[in-house]
Amino acid sequence: MRELIKMVIVLTILSAFSGGLLAGLRISTAAQIENQQLKFVKGPAIKAILEGAANDPIVDRFKVTDGDIDRSFFVGKFNGKANTVAFESFGKGYGGEVGLMVGVDLDNDKIIGVGVTTHSETPGLGAQAKDDPTFVSQFKGFAIVEPVKVTTDGGKINAMSGATITSRAVCSAATDAGQIYQKLKPQLAEKLKEFE
Amino acid sequence: MAKSFTQEFVKGLWEEIPPFRLVLGLCPVLGVTTTMENGIGMGLATTFVLLCSNVLVSLLRNIIPSKVRIACFIIIIATFVIVVELLMQAYTYPLFLKLGVFIPLIVVNCVVLGRAEAFASKNSLLPSIADGLGIGIGFTLSLAALGALREILGTGTFYGAMVFGPFFKPFTFMVQAPGAFVCLGLMLCVMNLFGSK
Repeated sequence: MRELIKMVIVLTILSAFSGGLLAGLRISTAAQIENQQLKFVKGPAIKAILEGAANDPIVDRFKVTDGDIDRSFFVGKFNGKANTVAFESFGKGYGGEVGLMVGVDLDNDKIIGVGVTTHSETPGLGAQAKDDPTFVSQFKGFAIVEPVKVTTDGGKINAMSGATITSRAVCSAATDAGQIYQKLKPQLAEKLKEFE
Repeated sequence: MAKSFTQEFVKGLWEEIPPFRLVLGLCPVLGVTTTMENGIGMGLATTFVLLCSNVLVSLLRNIIPSKVRIACFIIIIATFVIVVELLMQAYTYPLFLKLGVFIPLIVVNCVVLGRAEAFASKNSLLPSIADGLGIGIGFTLSLAALGALREILGTGTFYGAMVFGPFFKPFTFMVQAPGAFVCLGLMLCVMNLFGSK
């Protein structure tokens, strides 16, 4: 009996201590991690999507509150008009969440380009979604409000071979982006006027 | 039994060098050694976890009840792995991206658990530090060596710099998974050749 109690106590204290330490570390590194992600992951994806924009989309960004989350939007100016935003959405992949940066033109509600940002997919298979631009280039020109699906699910996107789950994750992230966009479009249009 | 600090440290570099002598922890050895830089990064991350977990396990060895010791070790190891993961995300982001899923997989690296169970839980603090450092650096060196070999043959570069000039046709095979097995096998073979008594 005493041994049992000891086991429970030791495990509980150890887990509690570990949890506390990690929570503290997570909070203290959160800002730094966000900066690094902006610089190395989201930055290149945003620049690729909003290629040819007259401004720097990483500087011209704003946040919109959606429920209890703050979403970041990156503004692209084309032909002197701030009419394009890029924002991130997520889909459930094989190794966790797959982040997808989606660029949308507010004038015609069409996707101007997407790019995978954060992921933990298998190198060589699912990770190709980020490394090989041919897969994500298929999303260009889709209407953002339509659900996006791979061909095996009755959609128009050709899945990457050997990485159906990742392909589905990217599609579901794009579909999710559509819902976010529909919900927030009035606010986005309002905010974009500030960047004119 | 009572070996000196240096002896405990040095044994990890040759006598018990993890992937080649103990043939443990082969998942990252095969997975991330496509370049030397990845190998070193992975090795250092593992060394950090190994050292920290050895220290803590050694300090707590009289408190941890033997029936739940593995669970306790795993909690300790997992904690340090997440510490490494967060720190790498915060400070060496490009490397973190390259190593990807292999960083969280340090948790199940049997070298780390193996040292906690076989060494740190039976020895005092100082030998455990020596053991952790030695095995960790041995692990790093093996990954670096394997990474260098595969990088030179597979992409024709050494730590990112060109070796053979532009007319060298790299054996792409070497940076793919089967090449990892072939390289590891050859290196084991060489190690055994030199180590055989």
